[in-house]
Amino acid sequence: MSTVDATRLSVFKTYKLYVGGKFPRSESGRVYEVTDSKGAWLAHAPLSSRKDARDAVVSARKAFGGWSGATAYNRGQVLYRIAEMLEGRRGQFVREVAEAEGLPKAKAAAAVDAAIDRWVWYAGWTDKIAQVVGGANPVAGPFFNLSTPEPTGVVTVLAPQDSSFLGLVSVLAPVIATGNTAVVVASERLPLPALSLGEVLATSDLPGGVVNVLSGRTAEIAAPLAAHQDVNGIDLTGADAVLAKELEIAAADSLKRVLRPHATDWRSDPGTRRLTAFLETKTVWHPTGSLGASGSSY
Amino acid sequence: MASVFEYAPAPESRAVVDIAPSYGLFIDGEFTEAAGGKVFKTVSPSTEEVLAEVAQASAEDIDRAVKAARKAFGKWSALPGTERAKYLFRIARIIQERSRELAVLETLDNGKPIRETRDTDLPLVAAHFFYYAGWADKLGHAGLGADPRPLGVAGQIIPWNFPLLMLAWKIAPALATGNTVVLKPAETTPLSALFFADICRQAGLPKGVVNIVTGDGGTGAALVSHPDIDKIAFTGSTAVGKAIAREIAGTDKRATLELGGKGANIVFDDAPVDQAVEGIVTGIFFNQGQVCCAGSRLLVQESVHDEVLESLKRRLSTLRVGDPLDKNTDLGAINSAEQLARITALAETGEAEGAERWSPACDLPSSGYWFAPTLFTNVTQAHTIARDEIFGPVLSVLTFRTPEEAVAKANNTQYGLSAGIWTEKGSRILAVAARLRAGVVWANTFNKFDPTSPFGGYKESGYGREGGRHGLEAYLAPSSPEGER
Repeated sequence: MSTVDATRLSVFKTYKLYVGGKFPRSESGRVYEVTDSKGAWLAHAPLSSRKDARDAVVSARKAFGGWSGATAYNRGQVLYRIAEMLEGRRGQFVREVAEAEGLPKAKAAAAVDAAIDRWVWYAGWTDKIAQVVGGANPVAGPFFNLSTPEPTGVVTVLAPQDSSFLGLVSVLAPVIATGNTAVVVASERLPLPALSLGEVLATSDLPGGVVNVLSGRTAEIAAPLAAHQDVNGIDLTGADAVLAKELEIAAADSLKRVLRPHATDWRSDPGTRRLTAFLETKTVWHPTGSLGASGSSY
Repeated sequence: MASVFEYAPAPESRAVVDIAPSYGLFIDGEFTEAAGGKVFKTVSPSTEEVLAEVAQASAEDIDRAVKAARKAFGKWSALPGTERAKYLFRIARIIQERSRELAVLETLDNGKPIRETRDTDLPLVAAHFFYYAGWADKLGHAGLGADPRPLGVAGQIIPWNFPLLMLAWKIAPALATGNTVVLKPAETTPLSALFFADICRQAGLPKGVVNIVTGDGGTGAALVSHPDIDKIAFTGSTAVGKAIAREIAGTDKRATLELGGKGANIVFDDAPVDQAVEGIVTGIFFNQGQVCCAGSRLLVQESVHDEVLESLKRRLSTLRVGDPLDKNTDLGAINSAEQLARITALAETGEAEGAERWSPACDLPSSGYWFAPTLFTNVTQAHTIARDEIFGPVLSVLTFRTPEEAVAKANNTQYGLSAGIWTEKGSRILAVAARLRAGVVWANTFNKFDPTSPFGGYKESGYGREGGRHGLEAYLAPSSPEGER
């Protein structure tokens, strides 16, 4: 950080959840201690409850119609605005990532830069993915037939446990780029960059509820989200093998789309896999009719 | 209602099909008995005549079939795509050549009208093999990376409503992409899959690439839980689909699930009534309504409700229910006694809950499993018959006033497979189609299928798509930087 007057006492930040565009504490009133990589106290983070998780789903569902119905161009504009806001807070995120992950400043800066660039990359995808994965189908009959991708709905995202910011951005951005709304469970041990991201989202033209950020015990929050009947998909990246299996079993009850965890180098080219994981394909048919001697007909 | 003109019977000949008294399991290119020697009978639903005895595969047999498929996988997946393509083209051609035989066989074993097996099922079966044959040597151009890899051994479980067509939907893309398969046909309709085994032999398909195991739900469960299966492709009930999703949790097995539906067929007040009525009839009475994407909920705009219903009832009175082998038959038999009992019970629930039941006068044959085409009016969204999949020739009629209400009612279901829209107004079609949470939307048509057109559901209708370029994804691991999917 910049030079600080040695006599001045700094102002601590109260880290809060980000739900429905607002910054509530956990309804349970609980917090837990967050430390840096060496065990020194950094801050208290909200210890979210099952009720917080359900409230987040309500917010995400409420936001889904507007966000999925926005034009792809508009979603791209908003995502790009998020990258702009991130750039402005770059120093803060570098500090938080360095403290959380125990990285030297240069490495933390590289991770934050990669994360910002990844937002820009996904911002550009919003109005292109439909052309890549959708299209007209040449059916053997007098029909116009078009397949288009649509967002799955409300998606729970368990952010990676070890990459507090680049990993977080890499799993969240593709989910909302395609029009889904998200309930993100931050890294349990490294939640502060995720909670700060909420502050960025709140000032980026992103409608409230499109992204909801929860901190706390991953297993405690994820269980009700995996079983929730109004959640359409779940990304299990932040779950270990035992928890991932439990959650996948719970998710089967409403046939959620499940993205299983697997080892990922967050610096590598992500491809389109995470964009397509929470997309549905809708195919619409319509007769083309014919312009014969008797005129047009179905 | 008596018809003005009576039709003389026009039965299709059974002589084109030679059904053996018994069939074994098709494993590693040979027909063999089940390990336990157990067999079960398959009957013609229209007469209850026993058609043949088939082997009941046990877990031991499944293991043998999976081992055969695994053994065959190395060579099959390493084969140049052009060579795999030619095997599939051969299969497609042989299906075309034997299409009348297979259509009659399917009608005998399933109970559906010959008009449908001859004009819909069989042409689509052949077309599906032709379509995916052409993909086998072009997979690097499918948008799944330059060198996408097959997954391995696919366990495939298919239902009884379109036995051979569902087999084609499963086997054609699996083979084109270099996978090998173990396929289990439905307990009540095993014969066309066993005839397909013979087609594989005629085509010279390498041993073990396609294995057909017959049996019941227990056989299917053994296939799903076999540790050396890489992919499950299932079409059937939502309850079983959920059980499969639970079973494979925490494994590397991938799944595509094509499950139930409760499709809304929405008729607006400006729709041409005669065409809409034909679409309603196709939507719910095609294949006796035993179709996962059936338009089983008619949502009709209040202002035209009476006119549409009057016309619909008049049309239903002309439907011919009876001998499926008769070329004039519109509705054949229900597939099994069990399914008939389920339809009967749900229809009784509809009456008990206060909906108004109507069927045209029609004489049903005395033997076999039959259910007259049935309408329910005064149905509300809370009624069981508006919520549960009936999988039979039963239509629930609801009304709406505004497009908003139509969309809300159409989406008010756990399912999301299909929907229909009938209106002359183009912008309304597009606006409504965009808001329906369903994988297939038919506008001013219904129940159209094509190998190039992806098919599959939203929500509890399952996940994954079958057909088209999308159908390849289910059987390939892209060679993207992240590798596995």
